Amino acid sequence: MSSGEILVSEADGNGGIMAQPKNLEGYVGFANLPNQVYRKSVKRGFEFTLMVVGESGLGKSTLINSLFLTDLYSPEYPGPSHRIKKTVQVEQSKVLVKEGGVHLLLTIVDTPGFGDAVDNSNCWQPVIDYIDSKFEDYLNAESRVNRRQMPDSRVQCCLYFIAPSGHGLKPLDIEFMKRLHEKVNIIPLIAKADTMTPEECQQFKNQIMKEIQEHKIKIYEFPETEDEEEMKLVRRIKDRLPLAVVGSNTIIEVNGKRVRGRQYPWGVAEVENGEHCDFTILRNMLIRTHMQDLKDVTNNVHYENYRSRKLAAVTYNGMDNNKNKGQLTKSPLAQMEEERRDHVSKMKKMEQEMEQVFEMKVKEKLMKLRDSEAELQRRHEQMKKNLEAQHRELEERRRQHDEEKAGWEAQQRILEQQKLDASRTLEKNKKKKIF
Amino acid sequence: MSEAVMADAMVSPAVGGPYVEKAGGPVVDFSYVGIDAILEQMRRKAMKQGFELNIMVVGQSGLGKSTLMNTLFKSKVSRKSVLATGQEKIPKTIEIKSISHDIEEKGVRMKLTVIDTPGFGDQINNENCWQPIMKFINDQYEAYLQEEININRKKRIPDSRVHCCIYFIPPTGHCLRPLDVEFMRRLSKVVNIVPVIAKADTLTLEERDFFKKKIREELRANGIDVYPQKEFDEDAEDRMINEKIREMIPFAVVGSDQEYQVNGRRLLGRKTKWGTIEVENIAHCEFAYLRDLLIRSHMQNIKDITSSIHYEMYRVRRLNENNTVVARANGIPEHHLAAHEM
Repeated sequence: MSSGEILVSEADGNGGIMAQPKNLEGYVGFANLPNQVYRKSVKRGFEFTLMVVGESGLGKSTLINSLFLTDLYSPEYPGPSHRIKKTVQVEQSKVLVKEGGVHLLLTIVDTPGFGDAVDNSNCWQPVIDYIDSKFEDYLNAESRVNRRQMPDSRVQCCLYFIAPSGHGLKPLDIEFMKRLHEKVNIIPLIAKADTMTPEECQQFKNQIMKEIQEHKIKIYEFPETEDEEEMKLVRRIKDRLPLAVVGSNTIIEVNGKRVRGRQYPWGVAEVENGEHCDFTILRNMLIRTHMQDLKDVTNNVHYENYRSRKLAAVTYNGMDNNKNKGQLTKSPLAQMEEERRDHVSKMKKMEQEMEQVFEMKVKEKLMKLRDSEAELQRRHEQMKKNLEAQHRELEERRRQHDEEKAGWEAQQRILEQQKLDASRTLEKNKKKKIF
Repeated sequence: MSEAVMADAMVSPAVGGPYVEKAGGPVVDFSYVGIDAILEQMRRKAMKQGFELNIMVVGQSGLGKSTLMNTLFKSKVSRKSVLATGQEKIPKTIEIKSISHDIEEKGVRMKLTVIDTPGFGDQINNENCWQPIMKFINDQYEAYLQEEININRKKRIPDSRVHCCIYFIPPTGHCLRPLDVEFMRRLSKVVNIVPVIAKADTLTLEERDFFKKKIREELRANGIDVYPQKEFDEDAEDRMINEKIREMIPFAVVGSDQEYQVNGRRLLGRKTKWGTIEVENIAHCEFAYLRDLLIRSHMQNIKDITSSIHYEMYRVRRLNENNTVVARANGIPEHHLAAHEM
């Protein structure tokens, strides 16, 4: 057991804890920690998600095949570039590669149809949506209670292919990079670099870097290290940005060596020759030295940006914010309690709502019934009125009729009287005549 | 009866006719009329007048259009050489810029006009990017028509009609893009289109063959008739020659205006770390075929088809829709243009 204390904490003026470096007097053994991490990582395996964006025909699929020395896109499973799409789609393919006992789960995200249509406005929108959805998945997975399996499918690196026009960036390139440089690590590449002579290539690179700075596009920055060796490497990479790459699916014999290359009538352009193109630099940088850094930057910078933006937006709304915030800061038990309470309150609310609905329905029905009652009443009244009117009319007619009858009878009587009178006078006359 | 023919100084003795040798006297051929001397007269007249050729180049920026023009005519005829600006900025809208040069070779003078279209296909939204170009072509036809129907017209109407349009296809290696198809479909009806694969040093030979096959299929499928058009073949000989050309369309070209030393000779080419591409070597690229087509063998045919077919179609359409144009030709001409379908 060593007799020295390893860590002495001392409070400094600001209230933070500063650790004082102390020398050890014997071998403790925590120098073995990196090995432990290493062994655990190797067992767990690594994941990496790479996105390739560019117009069709720029050699994206070929480059992917060359980078990982496998046929991700083969004749049986042809790459998306063989069919021109009408709209931009985002496709992902997963490959598990093994090398030296280390597993790498590689996800390649391809964007066929990008920049191919006549009208390319908003062709970057599906890409942005895809990246955001992956961030959101990770955010939700992180906020869950049980998060033992947290698959990381966030896009860690985006290779953007620039067509080798030799002049500069196209408006589409500038738009795309401006919108995506805050969401993902962008590494611009010059595709099909065997089109250009070395002078043209250098001029093109300078032009592109100038335009990138002009438009304030933040491409992936290689981190500074203290190590001299690594600094030299990093500086060499930085000088040759953007990297001009050539990809090839075919292996050709050159001077007795088998190399990946492209056979032309005037020579063979070798993919892995540093003088022909920057492919080796890209591969070393992407896989051998900076893969972990890409993942870290994605996690610490781009993902945090997304997260803070998303949560800030949610806080704005009011009601749901407490729930979200609570989920992220309280302990699991408290969270379960809260979930239960939420559930109960939800049930109560539902009950209330249902009651309300029921009441409303009842009121409605009542009203309807009352209405119909009133209606009936009214009709009844009206009928009564009608009846009375008819009755009166009838009475009126009867009266008239009676009057008429009386009149007629009176007339009759008068007539009778007249008749009688007439007969009497006749008789009188008759009597007179006799005399 | 044979007649002694008084011909000009350069009469060539006709083959097959007996000629009588007189001691010390001029050679007289009794069965030679001398009609073929008209070729010589035409030749001299044409040399005095000179030729005109108007070529339009269309394609996205960065495909090597200016370089190819310089290579074709072996001199700095392109817009960029003339203007000598530093870095080219992609213009926001399509502009049509035409530059004329007078070049001369072996006593033959030619007025070459190169019409450039910077800004084509470079924007994010390229809808209707063919409209300015169609308008330009129709405007040239219109100008010629106006000159032609003048009552007092010039002896030689200046010909600014676009004779040939070279369309540059980017070397993706897969198939034609929707923009390419749309453009060629509309323009093959008003002008001779010669499609070429630009920057063909990107493609290996197998890729090149595959790409060409795909392009030919797509052109056929969309009913696009590029130069040399099948329907304008006049006779069997023409057809044979043109068939051979049609099998090679589109030409895979590489342009360069820099010379390099290869095997002791100075050649136009591009020098890369893995080899030098010779522009005029038909094993490397098909530039020589394109040059032969455009200049050495089919130039007159291109001009004929433009004037006798495309221009005539335009003229018929215009005169039919505006019957009063002829009556008012001398006065104020009407300018209600309902041009070819855009």
